[in-house]
Amino acid sequence: MNPDLVRDPLPIPEHPVTPYLRMERIPHVWCPGCGIGTVVKCFASALERTGVDLEKVSVVSGIGCSGRTAGYLRLDGFHTTHGRAIPFATGLKLGRPELLVSVVSGDGDLVGIGGNHFIHAARRNLDLLVILINNFIYGMTGGQNAPTTPLMARSSTMPFGNFEPPFNLPHLAASSGAPYVARWTCLHIRRLTWAIEEAIQRKGFRFIEVIAPCPTLYSRLNKLGTGLSGMRFYHDKAEIRHGADTREVAIGFQEPIICGKFVDEERPTFNELMDSHYGKVLGEKYVPMPAEGGYLHG
Amino acid sequence: MKADPAGVLTGAHYLDGDFACGEGAMAAGCRFVAGYPITPSTEVVERISRRFPTMGGTFIQMEDELASMAAVVGGSWTGTKSMTVTSGPGFSLMMENIGLAAMMETPCVVVNVQRGGPSTGLPTMVGQADMMQARWGSHGDYEVIALSPQSPQEAFDLTVEAFNLSEIYRVPVMFMMDECVGHMTERVVIPEADEIEVVPRRLTEQSKEEFLPYRLNGHLVPEFARAGDGYRFHTTGLTHDERGYPLMSADCQEACVHRLVDKIRGAGDDLTHIEEDGTDDAEVVVISYGITARVARMAITMARERGVPTGSVRLIVVWPFPERVITELAGRVAGFVVPELNYGQISLEVERLAAGRCPVWHVGHGGGTVHDPEAILEKILEAAKVAA
Ligand SMILES: Cc1ncc(C[n+]2csc(CCOP(=O)(O)OP(=O)(O)O)c2C)c(N)n1
Ligand code: SF4
Ligand SMILES: [Mg+2]
Repeated sequence: MNPDLVRDPLPIPEHPVTPYLRMERIPHVWCPGCGIGTVVKCFASALERTGVDLEKVSVVSGIGCSGRTAGYLRLDGFHTTHGRAIPFATGLKLGRPELLVSVVSGDGDLVGIGGNHFIHAARRNLDLLVILINNFIYGMTGGQNAPTTPLMARSSTMPFGNFEPPFNLPHLAASSGAPYVARWTCLHIRRLTWAIEEAIQRKGFRFIEVIAPCPTLYSRLNKLGTGLSGMRFYHDKAEIRHGADTREVAIGFQEPIICGKFVDEERPTFNELMDSHYGKVLGEKYVPMPAEGGYLHG
Repeated sequence: MKADPAGVLTGAHYLDGDFACGEGAMAAGCRFVAGYPITPSTEVVERISRRFPTMGGTFIQMEDELASMAAVVGGSWTGTKSMTVTSGPGFSLMMENIGLAAMMETPCVVVNVQRGGPSTGLPTMVGQADMMQARWGSHGDYEVIALSPQSPQEAFDLTVEAFNLSEIYRVPVMFMMDECVGHMTERVVIPEADEIEVVPRRLTEQSKEEFLPYRLNGHLVPEFARAGDGYRFHTTGLTHDERGYPLMSADCQEACVHRLVDKIRGAGDDLTHIEEDGTDDAEVVVISYGITARVARMAITMARERGVPTGSVRLIVVWPFPERVITELAGRVAGFVVPELNYGQISLEVERLAAGRCPVWHVGHGGGTVHDPEAILEKILEAAKVAA
C-alpha cells in the first residue's frame, strides 16, 4: 500500500462518562441489547451534569442483572443481598447523613423479595434515590415470573402466560408516600438523564422506574424480537403524560407505556422529621448524629 | 482509645441484663442501632432509643429483622459502630445478612437474647438452643465470634468486648445472652469513660490511589475505608478479589473464603476467654456458659462437698471454642459434664475435642426454666463413679 495513503487513525475521544465507570471491569456482564447499560450511562451523565461531590455518593444494588450496576460505577459501591439494597442503603444514610445514597436494582429485587422495604422506606420518606430497572422479569435467574410481569406475558415459570396481576409501581410508590415519582424507558435517554439529575437535587424517597428491554429472556419468551425491536416498541407505544394520575399508569402486555414525572412534592424526610421532633421535645439535650458519622471514626 | 463520655453512664446501678447490654453498647461507642421488637430482647432497644438522642446516636425500628441486619451492615460501612438486637425467630431472619457481614468483613454486633425454640417456641422463657446457629446459621463457610454473659454486669462488660472484637477481626460478633440473664436485675457498676478501653475502626492510611479494600497489609484483617471518605471502593457478597471485585473461580474462592476462616481460627489463644476454677486437680470438669454456669456452680459445690474433685470451665467467648484448653483437659480428667438449655450443642463440640479420651455427659432440656442443680450433680457423680 502507498505509505502516503496510510494516515494516523483518528484519535478516539474518551467517552464523557468513563471517569464515572470502573473501566477495568469492562466488558460488563450484560447481554447485547440489554437496557441496563443505558441506565448506567444515564446515571453517570446525571452525576456529571449535577457536579455533585462523587466522594460522597454511594450506590447500592441488590442481586440480579440490574443489581450488577453498583459494580460498574466508580463510586462507593455496595453489591448486597437479594432484596435488601434499600435497608442496606438506609444504614448508610443514617450512619453518615451527609452521604447522597442511591439504590439501583431490578424489579424482582426491589418490589418482589424486597417489596416490604420499598413501601416502608417510601412511607418514612428516607433520603434515598431509588432507580428501579423494570424488565418485567427475573433476568439473572433465567426469565421467571416477576411481580411486574404483565398479564398474559410469558415467563419461564408462567409458560402459558401470566395470570397474576402485576404491580403498578408509580402508584405503589406514590401511595406509600414517595414525594418524587417518575417513569421513563431506555429509549428516553435525555429525559431519563434529566429525571435522575432532577431527583439527585430533590430530597426524600425519590423513585424512578425505568422500563428496560431484556432481549435474552423477556423478549425471546414473548417473541418480541431483539433489543432494537424493544426500542422501536417504546418509540411507538410510549406516551408522555406528566402529572398523570398514578392509578392510570399500569402496564399491560404490549400496551402503551405512560411515561413522565407523576409526583414532585416536598415532604420532610426521615432525618428532618427526626431532627425537628427531637429538637422540639428534647431541646438543648438533643445531639443529632454528626453529618460525617457517629462517634469513633478516627 | 477511651470511651466517649457521652455514652457512658458511670456509677453503680440496678439494671437488668438487657438494659446493661444497651449501656455496654453505648459505652463501646455504638451509635447506630436497627432492630425489630421481640421478647425477651426488646428492652435493649427501648433503653437505647431513649438515650441515643442525647449522644448523637440513631435508632431505627425497621420493618423486619432482614431489614435490621441489612441496615446494620450498611451503617457499619460508614464507620459508625452498629448493632442489632433480637431473639430466636428474628435471629433466623437475620442469617443471610450475617453472612453478608462476614463476607464483606463488616464489624458489627448481633445480640440474641435466647428463648426456647424452635419456631415461636417459648417467647418469654429461657433457652440456649441457638448456640450452633450462632456459628453456622448462614450458608457457606465463615467464622464468627460469640460471647455469652452470665450476669447483668457481664452483659455490660462483654458487650464492650464484643464491639472491640468485631473491630479487631472485622466480623459480626454474636452476643448470645439468654432470657434469664436478660431479665435478671442485679448491681451493675459502670466505670468512668476513661477506664473503658474501646477499639476504634482501623481506617486505612493508604492513599486513595493505592488502596484496595481487601489487600492485606501485614495483617490477616484488611484495612477499612468508610463510605464517603473518597476511596470510591467496591464491596460485594460475591466471591471477590482484593479490589473487592467479583471473581468466579475456585482459586479466588480459596483465597477469599479461606482467609475469613483463618483470621478467626488462626487467632488461637488470643480469642480464648474462659473462667477456670479448680481444674488443676479435677476428676470431673463441668463446662457451661450463660445462666447455666450459675446454676452449675451450685452443683459443683455439692459435688465437692461429697468429695468429688470437680472443676469448672465457664465459656465467655464460646466461638471460637477454647480448643487447646479442652483438648488438654481431656487428657487428664475422668469426664466432662456439659449442662446447657438444649438437647446437645456445645456438648458436641466437647465430644469432638475429647475424641474418645474421656466420656462427655450432656445435661439438658428444651428450655423454659434453668436446670435443677441436682440433675447436674447426678451426672457429676456418675462421671466420678465411672472413673473410680
Ligand atoms: C435470597 C435469594 N433468593 C433467590 C436468589 C436468586 N436470584 C438472583 S437474581 C434473582 C432475580 C432478580 O430479578 P430482578 O431483580 O428483576 O433483576 P434482573 O436480573 O431482572 O435485572 C433471583 C431470584 C438470590 N440470589 N437470593
Ligand atoms: S438476561 Fe436480560 S436483563 Fe439480564 S443481562 Fe441479559 S438482557 Fe439484560
Ligand atoms: Mg427484572
